[in-house]
Amino acid sequence: MADATFSNATQVLEPFRGIKKVTIEEYFTSGHRTCQGCESALIMKLMVKAAGPRTIVLGSTGCMYVANTTYYTTPWVVPWMHTQLGSSGSAALGTAAGLKALMKKGKMKAESINVIAFCGDGGGADMGLNGISATLTHKDYNCLILLYDNESYANTDIQLSGMTPYGANTTFSPPGKVIRNIHTRWKKNMAGMMAAGHPECRYVATVCGSYAVEMMNKVRRALTIGGPTFIHSLDPCPKGWDYDPMLSHEMGELAIETGLFPLYEVEDGVVKYYGKTKALIEGRKRKPVREYLLKQGRFAHFTEEDLGYFQAKVDEMWEKWEIPAVIPFRRLDASKAALEVK
Amino acid sequence: MAVVETKAAQAASEDKELLISGSEAVAEALTLADLDVVTAYPIRPYDTVMQAIAKKISGGQLTAEYIVAEGEHSQFEIVKHASTVGARVFCGSSGVGWAYAMECLVVTPPLRVPMICLVGNRALDDPGAFGVEHNDALFVRDLGWMLCWIDTSQEAFDTTLIAYRVAEDRRVFLPCAISADGAFLTHSQAITMVASKEKVDRFLPRYNRGDLLLHPDNPITVAPQANEDWVIEIRRQNDEAMKRAYTVIEEAYADFRKVFGRGPENPWFEEYMTEDADVILIGMGTISLPMKVGIRNMRAQGKKVGLVRLRWFRPFPTEKIVAALSKAKAIGVVDRNYSFGSPFASGVVANEIRAALYNSDKRPPLLSFISGLGGREVTLEDVYKAADLCYSAATSGKSDARTHWLGVRE
Repeated sequence: MADATFSNATQVLEPFRGIKKVTIEEYFTSGHRTCQGCESALIMKLMVKAAGPRTIVLGSTGCMYVANTTYYTTPWVVPWMHTQLGSSGSAALGTAAGLKALMKKGKMKAESINVIAFCGDGGGADMGLNGISATLTHKDYNCLILLYDNESYANTDIQLSGMTPYGANTTFSPPGKVIRNIHTRWKKNMAGMMAAGHPECRYVATVCGSYAVEMMNKVRRALTIGGPTFIHSLDPCPKGWDYDPMLSHEMGELAIETGLFPLYEVEDGVVKYYGKTKALIEGRKRKPVREYLLKQGRFAHFTEEDLGYFQAKVDEMWEKWEIPAVIPFRRLDASKAALEVK
Repeated sequence: MAVVETKAAQAASEDKELLISGSEAVAEALTLADLDVVTAYPIRPYDTVMQAIAKKISGGQLTAEYIVAEGEHSQFEIVKHASTVGARVFCGSSGVGWAYAMECLVVTPPLRVPMICLVGNRALDDPGAFGVEHNDALFVRDLGWMLCWIDTSQEAFDTTLIAYRVAEDRRVFLPCAISADGAFLTHSQAITMVASKEKVDRFLPRYNRGDLLLHPDNPITVAPQANEDWVIEIRRQNDEAMKRAYTVIEEAYADFRKVFGRGPENPWFEEYMTEDADVILIGMGTISLPMKVGIRNMRAQGKKVGLVRLRWFRPFPTEKIVAALSKAKAIGVVDRNYSFGSPFASGVVANEIRAALYNSDKRPPLLSFISGLGGREVTLEDVYKAADLCYSAATSGKSDARTHWLGVRE
C-alpha cells in the first residue's frame, strides 16, 4: 500500500545571495486591494516569492484575507484557501497531513509541496495561539506558520489585539480626558514564546519587510528545515499606526534600530541575531524609542511619562533578559540568594 | 472493549461476524474504507470511536494520519483542510464538544467538503450530563449538513459506508453527521456483519476531489470574499446539492443492497407494524427499542400501534413521511430534544413533521412528546402513555396544542 517513492523530505531552497539573485517570478500579483504602504501585502508577496510555485498557502481571516482575495480578482498564483480566524495552525497541519497521507499511500504523486499558513496578530497571537502551539509539536508534518503582525485588528477598524503596543490609540482604546491610556498591557513575545515552548520546532525567526532579502531567506530556511516552523513578521501599517504611507519602510527600520523588535532566528535551539539587531548586540547604540513612537499618530497622546515607561520596558528587554530581547528570564543573583536563605 | 470474533478469522474476501459496539462498528467501516486522515479529541461518548480507530492504526490494520488535536475547533479544521487536498477524512464529537467546533461546522458545507462525522449524542451540559439528547447534532440542521440517526451496530457499519458514498459523490459534496445515541448505541455491543474488503471496494469508489482539488497543479483560490455579489448564489448551489442528495441516497442504498445483500428498501425511515396502525409513534435512534416492545405488548391487547423510526433528518423525506403518516388516525412524535419557545413548545422533529403535513389533504391529529432527555431511560409506561393520548386524539379528531413531557417529575 505504501508508496516506495514517498519521503518526508522538504524542498531545498538555498538562500538568495543578494537582491539581484532573487527569482523574477511573482506568485502574489495584481488583484488585491490593500492600502498604500501596506507592509503586510509586501510580506505576502515576498513570502510566496521565496517559497516558489510548488506551494499551497492557507490564509486565516484578517486583512490579508479580506483585502486580498475578492472573488474573481485573486492575486494568488499558487493555490490558496481561506481558513478560520483562529485556524492557521490547524489549516497548516491538516493540509500537510492530507498531502502526506495521500503520498504515503500512493494515492497522489509523491513530491515536496510547501505548506504555508499565515495569520495576523489577532488570529495568531490571540485567537489562534492554541492551534499554532499544537501544530508546532507535530514534528512529522512540514509546514510554516507566518504571523504578519500589524499590531491591531486592522481589517475590522483597528481594534487592539494582544500584540498592540502599550498605550496605542485604537478604536477599542481611545485616549480620553479622564483616562489617557486605556490599553496598558505589554505586547506578547510571540517568537520567543514559540521557540521556548516547543522543543521539537526546529526553526523560529523574526523578520521585517524593510529587509526583503533577509525576510525571504528566513522563509526559505524554514521551509528547507521542515517540520512545523514559525516566523513572526512586524509589519508597519499606515492606517492602524497613523503615519504617511511613504514612511512604511523607515518605520520598520526604526522598530529594529530602537531595539523594540529584534531580528533573530532560532535554529535547533541556537539563537542567532541578524541584520541591525546583530549590530545592537555587538555594541551599536539603540535609538531612543521616542524617535519611533512620535512619528505615529497612535502615540500622539503620549506624555513624557509614557515615553519614559516605554523606554524603560525596552531597556529591560536588552539589559535584564537572560537572552537579550528573546527570552525574558533572569538568573537569580547567587550572592543575594545566599543571603535570602539565611 | 474487547472485540470478540464469533467465528474463526477469515480471509479478506469473506464477511465476518463480530460482537462490537456502535462506535467499534464505525471504526470497522472506516478501516475498510481506507480512511486517510482522522482527528481525535476526548469527550464522552463519541470518543470510543477514536479509541477503536487508534487501535486499528497501532495494530497496523489501517494506515492513516491520526492526529490528536488540542480542541474540537482544530479537530474539525484539520480534517476540513485535509479533505480539500483530496484525503478521505473522519471526525466526530459529542455535546458541547460539537458546539466548540461550531465555527468549523458552519463553513464545511459551503466549502463542499465531504467530511463524515460521528456525533455520539450527548446533553449540552451544564448541568453536567453524559446522557443522550439530540440537540447537539441538530445545531447544524439548517446549514447544509446531511444528518442521520442510527439505531444498531449494524446500521452504524452500513451507514458509515453509505455516508461516504453519498457525501463524496460530486453531485453532493456535502458533509454528513451520523448520530448515535450516547451509551445506548456508542457503548452497547451487538452481533454485527462486517463485510469483506472486496465488497466495500466494489461499493465505495475512491474520493476524487476533481476540479476542487487544492494542489499546485490546480492552483485555485478557495473561499474568497464573495459578499453580496455572490453569496446568495453560493447558498443556492448548496441548496441544489442537498436536493440532489435525495437521488444519490436512494441510489446508494439500492447499490448497497445489491453488493451486500442486505439493507433497507426505504433509506429514509424504518416502519414497524404501520400497515394497519391506528396510531403511529415517531422517533429517532435507540428509542425504537422501548417503542417496539411497547407496541408488541399493546398489540397483544388489541391496540393497533406502529412506529416510524426516522433515519434521515437532512435531507428530510417530506413526501415519503407524509405518505406513511397520513393513513394513521393519530400520530405521536417523541422528541429526544427540545426547542424552547418553538411553536407548541415542541421538540424539533414534531414541528418538522407538522410542517411536512401542512400541504397534505389528510392531516391526522398530531401530538408532540418530549422524553428521555439527559439520557433518562424511555420506559414502556412512557410509550403506553403516549399511545393512549394519541388514541384519545384519534377519537376526538383534534391535535393537542400541549406538548407532553414523558417521565418527568412535575
